[in-house]
This record gives sequence, C-alpha cells and structure tokens, in this order.
Amino acid sequence: MNEPKPVVRVGIAELKIVKSPNMIRTSGLGSCVGVVIYDLSQKTAGLAHIMLPDSSLAKQADLNTSKYADTAIDVLVKKLTSKGKRPSVLKAKIAGGAEMFQFSTSNESMRIGPRNTAAVKEKLAQYGIRIMSEDVGGNSGRTIEFDPETGRLHIRTVHKGETII
Amino acid sequence: MMEHELSSIEKDVLKEIGNIGAGNAATAMAQLINQTVDMAVPTVNIAAFDEVMEIVGGPDTPVAAVVINITGDITGKVYFVLSIAEAEFIASQVTGEPDIQLLNGAPPKTIAISALQEIGNILTGSYLSALSDFTQLNMVSSVPDLGIDMAGAILSGGLVDLSQYSDYAIIIDTRIKGKSHSNRIHGHFLLLPDPGSFTKIFNALGVYRDDE
Repeated sequence: MNEPKPVVRVGIAELKIVKSPNMIRTSGLGSCVGVVIYDLSQKTAGLAHIMLPDSSLAKQADLNTSKYADTAIDVLVKKLTSKGKRPSVLKAKIAGGAEMFQFSTSNESMRIGPRNTAAVKEKLAQYGIRIMSEDVGGNSGRTIEFDPETGRLHIRTVHKGETII
Repeated sequence: MMEHELSSIEKDVLKEIGNIGAGNAATAMAQLINQTVDMAVPTVNIAAFDEVMEIVGGPDTPVAAVVINITGDITGKVYFVLSIAEAEFIASQVTGEPDIQLLNGAPPKTIAISALQEIGNILTGSYLSALSDFTQLNMVSSVPDLGIDMAGAILSGGLVDLSQYSDYAIIIDTRIKGKSHSNRIHGHFLLLPDPGSFTKIFNALGVYRDDE
C-alpha cells in the first residue's frame, strides 16, 4: 500500500491551497458548498468552504472573503493563476448545497443551499472555469477530500457511504 | 464587536438563561425516560464557527439534533443535540422498542423518528417557555425539525443568518446526562440568540450595557 498522504483541513468559511502530494479536505458540508478549483498540470488545488452566496449580503466591517461564493472564488482563481495563466485553464469540482431541514416556515435562509450552489456556478462560469463533476443538493451532509495528483474528489456521507467524482 | 466583549455579569446572565431553560427541559426529560437527569453548569462560549462544531465532537461526528427557530421579542435558535447512541437509547426508552438503529444504512423506523421529534418538541418547548417566563419576553417557537447527520452540516444551518454579521457565535451550552446511562457523550442544549437579541435579553433582566 502507498503511504497515506498528508491532508490539509479547511474549516467552515475558510479557503486553502495545496500542492501534491498533499490532499485537501473539508468536513460537514450542509448548506455550504465545497468548491475545488484545480490545475492538474501543476498538481495544485484550492478548496473553499463557502457559507453564503454573495458578499453584498455582508453586514460585517471586516469582510471574510473566504465565506462568500463570489469573493472566495476570486481569491482561489487569483492564487491559482499567479504565473500569468488564464483562469479558463483551471477546472472545478463542487459538492454540498444541501437542504438539511425542511422547515415549514418560509424563512429564506433555509433555501441557502441551492442559492449557494447557483452562485458558485455563476461565478465559475464568469471565469470560464469548467465544472468537471458535481454532487450538490439533496439533504445529506458531506465531507469531501481532493487529491491534486489525480483530480479525484472523494465524498463521504453518513447515510449513503462514499463516492468518488 | 459586542461578542468579544461580554462582561462577567453578562456572561453570568447568559449562564443563568442556560440554567433555567435546560433545567426545565431536563425535568421533562427525566419524566420521559423515567430516570434522574444530571445537568452540568452551563458554559457561555464565544466561538468561531469551527469551534461551534467542536462543542459537539467535530464537524464529521454524526449526531441527532432537534432544532427550533425562535421568533418574537428575541430571535435565534435552540438546538438539542445528542450522540447517535444516546438518541437510539432515548428513542428505545420512550417507544419500548428494544433495537432502534438510526444509522445502519436503511432509513430509520418511522416510530423512532416520530419519537425523537416528539421528544425534541417537548424538550425545546419546555426550554423556551422557562426562558420566556424568566425574561418576560415573548418567544414563539417554530415546528421543531429533526436532523440525523454530521454535526457540521446540521449546525452550520443555524449559523447562516448570523454569519452575515460575524464570524463568531455566542453559544449558551448546557450539557445533560442521564444518571444510569453510561454513555460518555452528553446531550447538549445549545441556544444561539441572533446578535440583536442580546441587548433585549440584558435589558429585560435589568443589565444595561455601557455602550448604549
């Protein structure tokens, strides 16, 4: 068997970049969306654990750019294209955006999962970054792990086990 | 930001809120499972979102959680969080079904889900009514919802509204534990008031903030 590879953990409303042989993981995605943007030729990948669709929703003084779909993807793209590359050479995989509870109230924040997913897709499209695969929606929590060596995104849920996309 | 600057008297007030709410709920719980229920001294945590998940064992940890939305004079959320083993134990106690499994691949039995929803209903309801009596603030609870999934996935939903204002949550955490049950993980009552609600709670209880 191969040696287990080191794994960099990304917390909620955080983002990080890794280079192979490191893997990158975020745990317990519910309505949040995990966005992996990667460059297989460089064996690098960035992962953001996004909570909210749009930084214009922010009512805080110091904006946490890792928290919002629009700003987090800006940061990831900037970090991954530092050598004068065009963003469109990058690829993406996404997972999350579930609706964990079906509240009977019409509370708009309960629709946040689908809104996060839509915002992520729109922002990636603006950069011309292709989504290679996705596992979004439903009502399960997800833990995801990406290997920048192979481009495989490993997804674990408590109810349905593990898949690779 | 206010959440970094809770005075000791404000912390004590919030602890007392946890005490009164969870004390009431623990009494209801003791009646439901017909055994003594111990309650720990509440803690008031000013927690980064990642730390919120750690309170109940980490973002990956499977939990059974009942959540209600509070509306009225104050707004926020109450979570009642149990480990899977504890939820199975309590559902068995209440229904008389010996072998309740919540995470064995197949969907859990309807009776187990109904039992946990009803338990959550009773406990969060008694938590909130005690709080409402104590503060004389009107609080209306939503229909409770039950989630059986990773703690991170369930709790982050409760942080979404708050996250527009801050990267921190003030959490009033009260742990309870059935006396004859040897499980190491405790049940948690987590109260997450929305940012604007703290001033109302403090004012209602006669604590006035310096910054007003």
